[in-house]
Amino acid sequence: MTTTIIRGGRVIDPSQDIDRVANVVIDNGFIREIAEGASAPGAQVIEAKGHIVCPGFVDIHACLGEPGFEEDETTATGTAAAVAGGFTSIGCMPDTSPVCDNRASAEFVKLQAERAGNCNVFPLGTVTKERHGEELAEIGQLVQGGAVAFTDGSLPVANAEVMRRALEYTRMFDRPILCLPVVPELAAGGVMFEGAVSTLLGLQGIPAAAHDIMVGRDIALAEMTGGRVHIMCLTTRDSVERVRQAKAAGIRITAEVTPHHLTLTDEAMKSFNTNNRVLPPLVPQDHVDALIAGIKDGTIDAICSDHTPLAGQKKDCEIDHAPPGISGLETAFAVAARTLVGGGHIDWSDLIRLLTSGPARVLKIDRGTLKPGSPADVVILDPEREWTVDPHAFHSRGTNNPFHGTTLKGTVELTLVGGHVRYSRDGQAIPSIS
Amino acid sequence: MPSSAEPSTRFADQWSRRHLLGLEYLEPAEINLILDQADELHELTNGGQTKLSWLQGTVVANLFFEPSTRTRTSFSLAAKRLSADTIDFSSSGSSLSKGETLVDTARNIEALGVDQVVVRHRSPGAPGMLAKALQTTVLNAGDGTHEHPTQALLDICTIRRHRGTLEGQTVVLVGDIRHSRVARSNIWGLKKLGARVIVCGPATLIPTRIEELGVEVSYNLDDVIAEADCINLLRIQFERQRGAFFPSIAEYAHLFGMNGQRIRKAKDNALILAPGPINRGVELTPDVADGDHSVILDQVRNGLIIRMACLYLLSRGGS
Repeated sequence: MTTTIIRGGRVIDPSQDIDRVANVVIDNGFIREIAEGASAPGAQVIEAKGHIVCPGFVDIHACLGEPGFEEDETTATGTAAAVAGGFTSIGCMPDTSPVCDNRASAEFVKLQAERAGNCNVFPLGTVTKERHGEELAEIGQLVQGGAVAFTDGSLPVANAEVMRRALEYTRMFDRPILCLPVVPELAAGGVMFEGAVSTLLGLQGIPAAAHDIMVGRDIALAEMTGGRVHIMCLTTRDSVERVRQAKAAGIRITAEVTPHHLTLTDEAMKSFNTNNRVLPPLVPQDHVDALIAGIKDGTIDAICSDHTPLAGQKKDCEIDHAPPGISGLETAFAVAARTLVGGGHIDWSDLIRLLTSGPARVLKIDRGTLKPGSPADVVILDPEREWTVDPHAFHSRGTNNPFHGTTLKGTVELTLVGGHVRYSRDGQAIPSIS
Repeated sequence: MPSSAEPSTRFADQWSRRHLLGLEYLEPAEINLILDQADELHELTNGGQTKLSWLQGTVVANLFFEPSTRTRTSFSLAAKRLSADTIDFSSSGSSLSKGETLVDTARNIEALGVDQVVVRHRSPGAPGMLAKALQTTVLNAGDGTHEHPTQALLDICTIRRHRGTLEGQTVVLVGDIRHSRVARSNIWGLKKLGARVIVCGPATLIPTRIEELGVEVSYNLDDVIAEADCINLLRIQFERQRGAFFPSIAEYAHLFGMNGQRIRKAKDNALILAPGPINRGVELTPDVADGDHSVILDQVRNGLIIRMACLYLLSRGGS
């Protein structure tokens, strides 16, 4: 039997309301207990004094590029980026080529993740065949192949009738549909948020209503069908308000935000830097303030990296030709920490909840917790250590990150997946034997 | 016959920029400097010095990734009047569709030994991209719906030559404001020099929150025409419009077109400008285009000296 003790850290596990200095004891890859003064002779010891010890982060959706977009990312590089960013479980976006709309594709995602051996990867299946938005994918078979949620990725399910059927159908499996809230007709050709800055720059805008309408539609469909809707990348003030009211009315809806939408505004587009182009686009400060209010009052359930790595040449072009997306796994934690904790909006325990038990509950997976008997997915953080973002040092193939050159506070020191060290910041930190 | 006159340094000594990417980025004094340099060039040209040696030994490359006749011709002649060698590179369609990136194309041309790059491109920000990637001076000749600084400068130059100042002038920009880089550059330039700007057009062609740029908005040309000292009739950018922004050309001409009837409501000395190419019968009728109010051909002549002024000043910027 292998026993490991993570000793002396500030253990934060929002799933159990724990925030105190304690030791975490791991037996054979599972959490045994969290206790003061716990000791186990012969155990490996990881010293964590002055650090935060918490469940490994859960990312609701990340693009892993494989199959079809290996120039952007592979399962191996994407999961290496995940553990470097503190993520131990990630949902894998199905908008690959071919798309993940069948059981074999879902099994392939899991197989590649096992081969890579970095972190847990949960397949996401498409809602519709080939993401065409017309016929339902084989959702039941996808569930059997391991899919935990359904989404057409960067494409919303534009046809409300199809979305209705999908919500009714997924209800049988109690699995959520992840919706990117964008009305395609209003967003066509859009490069950035429609407002004063888009007018100034002469860039085609996407109006806030393009998001609000879709959020409203999916709330109405969730209410009607009893299905579960999760809103990806919430960005606008009215969208937050709609989700808030829907939750108050008992509708089964959850929502997430990304660190970059909380930290940058549409003003960033003035640089014409293609790395600021994302979908939904960056929004003005008054919308950002509404997102932060939604985090503080619990309207927003999770923070998601929306990891979208892109090969350099894809972003090295004119801004209206550049595909949207940020390679975000390796900066998500520190950027969110800077804006939310550094900005005095929430405390560490809240932030860790948004990165662990919050997203785990959205995906209904048994992760993001240090409860006894859970797989030992653990991350050790140094909340005070400063570092400067250098995308060329990323594990991800995608260097498309707007925080290039930014100094952030908060590092991932060590990431354990199933009790095994899968990432160590200084490359060693190998546990000593007591 | 090339002139032996030494380049004038009166204005160039006060100029420090290497690139002209938009009027948003210029100080009012810098805009006036360009206008003053243009006036000096105008006097020299009128005095018979049609060819100056001020850019002799330098190379100006015109990179036009969008179809253009008048701007390209104007820049080309401006460079030749200053004795620069010129390279003309034209390619419609995006550089990506040809398999080569914009920056690669520009670097290849730069490697021929180019000093100044004049670029027109359909993507906002493309000239700024080149300014970062190249060692040469970059001059924006129109980037998508963002800016077209030399067009605005020649519009402003034309008004200043007629009125002596922009201060207190009421300028109405009519038409497709949403898709117009000329409108954006004009707004920046006119506001910086103290003019009052009204934008007027169908509500679908007035972009969101344009008021924040310091302009007034009108949807009724007949309401504002009497106040106007200058009326700039922008071209309907059919090629940039995605879908239908107004019901018919006839309805547009009816509501916003300038015709002999409507112009009677204007001040006697009101100036009619049009950046062209004009759609006769849409933005304005032939009697107005060729009538007493029209300064359209002055604009073309002033365009040449403005571009000479810009090429010359930029050649001295940062030196």
